[in-house]
Amino acid sequence: MNAILLMLVGLGAFILGYLFYSRYISERIFRLDPDFETPAHAQGDGVDFVPTNKWVLWGHHFTSVAGAAPIVGPAIAVIWGWVPAFLWVVFGTVFFAGVHDAGALWASVRNRGASIGALTESVVGARARSLFMIVIFLLLLMVNAVFAIIIAGLFVDVASSVIPAWFVIAVALAIGWLLYRRGVPLLWPSIIALVLLYGSMFVGAMVPVALPDQVLGLGAPALWVLLLFAYAAVASLLPVWMLLQPRDYINGLQLFVGLAIFFVAVLLSNPTVVAPAFNTGLPADVPPIVPLLFVTIACGAISGFHGLVASGTTSKQLDNERDVRFVGYLGSVGEGALALAAILACTAGFATVAEWEGFYTSFAAGGVSAFVQGGGAIIAGGLGLPLHFGETLLAVMAVLFSATTMDTGVRLQRYIIQEWGVIYGLPALTGRGLSTFLAVVACLALAFGAGGGAGTGGLVIWPLFGTTNQLLAALTLLVLSVFLMKLGRRTIFTLGPFVFLLFMTVFALLVQLAQFWRNGQYFLLAMDLLILVATIWVALESFRALGRARRERVTAS
Amino acid sequence: MSSGEGAAGRLERLGHLLREFYEGRHRGALAREVRAEDDLFMLLVFSEMMGVPNPAGYYTLELLPILYEEFHEWHLRMGMEHSPLEHFRCC
Repeated sequence: MNAILLMLVGLGAFILGYLFYSRYISERIFRLDPDFETPAHAQGDGVDFVPTNKWVLWGHHFTSVAGAAPIVGPAIAVIWGWVPAFLWVVFGTVFFAGVHDAGALWASVRNRGASIGALTESVVGARARSLFMIVIFLLLLMVNAVFAIIIAGLFVDVASSVIPAWFVIAVALAIGWLLYRRGVPLLWPSIIALVLLYGSMFVGAMVPVALPDQVLGLGAPALWVLLLFAYAAVASLLPVWMLLQPRDYINGLQLFVGLAIFFVAVLLSNPTVVAPAFNTGLPADVPPIVPLLFVTIACGAISGFHGLVASGTTSKQLDNERDVRFVGYLGSVGEGALALAAILACTAGFATVAEWEGFYTSFAAGGVSAFVQGGGAIIAGGLGLPLHFGETLLAVMAVLFSATTMDTGVRLQRYIIQEWGVIYGLPALTGRGLSTFLAVVACLALAFGAGGGAGTGGLVIWPLFGTTNQLLAALTLLVLSVFLMKLGRRTIFTLGPFVFLLFMTVFALLVQLAQFWRNGQYFLLAMDLLILVATIWVALESFRALGRARRERVTAS
Repeated sequence: MSSGEGAAGRLERLGHLLREFYEGRHRGALAREVRAEDDLFMLLVFSEMMGVPNPAGYYTLELLPILYEEFHEWHLRMGMEHSPLEHFRCC
């Protein structure tokens, strides 16, 4: 299979989805009204509610939702062959994620910019709101643990990525200082920052950094995990303008540059997809494709996290209700394009099937390292650059995504713990120090509990993370369906994906439960049970809410 | 000529878009922090006017021993031989 053809088919499907399906949904189901006064205008306050240019808003939305997850998920999932991963990413983006993201945005815009959490309370009920908080906390916990393990693995595998990945922090601090303390215009610092970032990759390749194999009985991956959480704790306590804001900005720029470089490189190098369409020689530990494919690839096919961003910040900045289609639907298309790039890198970046099989020796073995090696080979071949530069480029891209997510993740967890401190009258928890410490300790416990210390088994929690993410997406789709039902619109386009996701989530949780039990991974077993309880709770609440909405509609008509 | 202006204009618009892209994501968080500081400032400035004793007053008392010498130089420089404040005597 020719990789260019696969790329064009994938991107073509996204374009058709945007042109036709999203138009149908926007006009017939959401009935977007250009004259509707959006919360950005109606409640404009210059703080949260600010009308924003749709391109800029799309840029924010896309870079907020795009992280390492749409790379890691597909990179693991191609172990079943490229066809299932490709189909799920394309169909998921067009029929699931696009409707979910645009829907969450629209529902929020129609409810004075309320977040999905608040909408859950008003549409489904107060119990569902608490459930929502628990799911979000679990999601953050897993995101931080998984991403620390992924970065640690990359630092060990691609030692040339260490210098650029830490150097970017200095660049970010410099930009923040120039902008806020010196009032320098942004254009030149942005260009210089990107040049410095890519320049530091050459330096990194010349001076690879490796930690000693054993310090205090800890291996290099475990040490990196500890260092990363120490960094995340400090970073999350710094003022936003100093580090997080410039870091997010550089990260956004390099996302667009990196994606463009990769797709151009595919066009120029014209690689062949060597991975099998359906892998028949699966390693022994690979779980069944149904349901695990649908939770392994969450971001890139459909992800509940997007609903949080769409309803949390994006909806408050929407200039015109018509922009829902552009910002919401195209935001998920951007994410799908990233997942597509990951699939291409992991299936077409290898010379032979044997080389590919060498990477995918077990379920958690391929993943990001396959993405870095395969994608690096494509970039190097297409642009005539040294191979290690291509690998460093992609490793740094994955590290930067994961690290900015960790910054934000630890910060959000601290907020939640502080809020609990207020609710339950524990003043010690409301301070910034102890709450950050607790957040980091919880993440470390999960990271090491899942085998992150060894640097190998860490990705065992990946499907569990995907499951939680899908559960959140299901919850959002439910809220959207109830909302549509109350308006007397067709609900099949949101209820269909909802039923599918809920079924796959429960199924996957049960499969994993058996697996954790067999392997004696009791920590993960407990997490799995917790999520299972939450899922069943969601299902019960949904039936009640849907039944009620249906009755209301009947009496209304 | 016009194409040159167009290029400059485009560059300016690009700079503006970049600025928006930089600021937008964190505008709310930053504005809230600024607002919290402003609120505290307003409270300190206007509370005495409205008859609420200024809580910062107690703490500035502690600063007096440190400021004493500077205060002495200040009132001399201002052309006053003694402290102008009734409750705060100097020389």
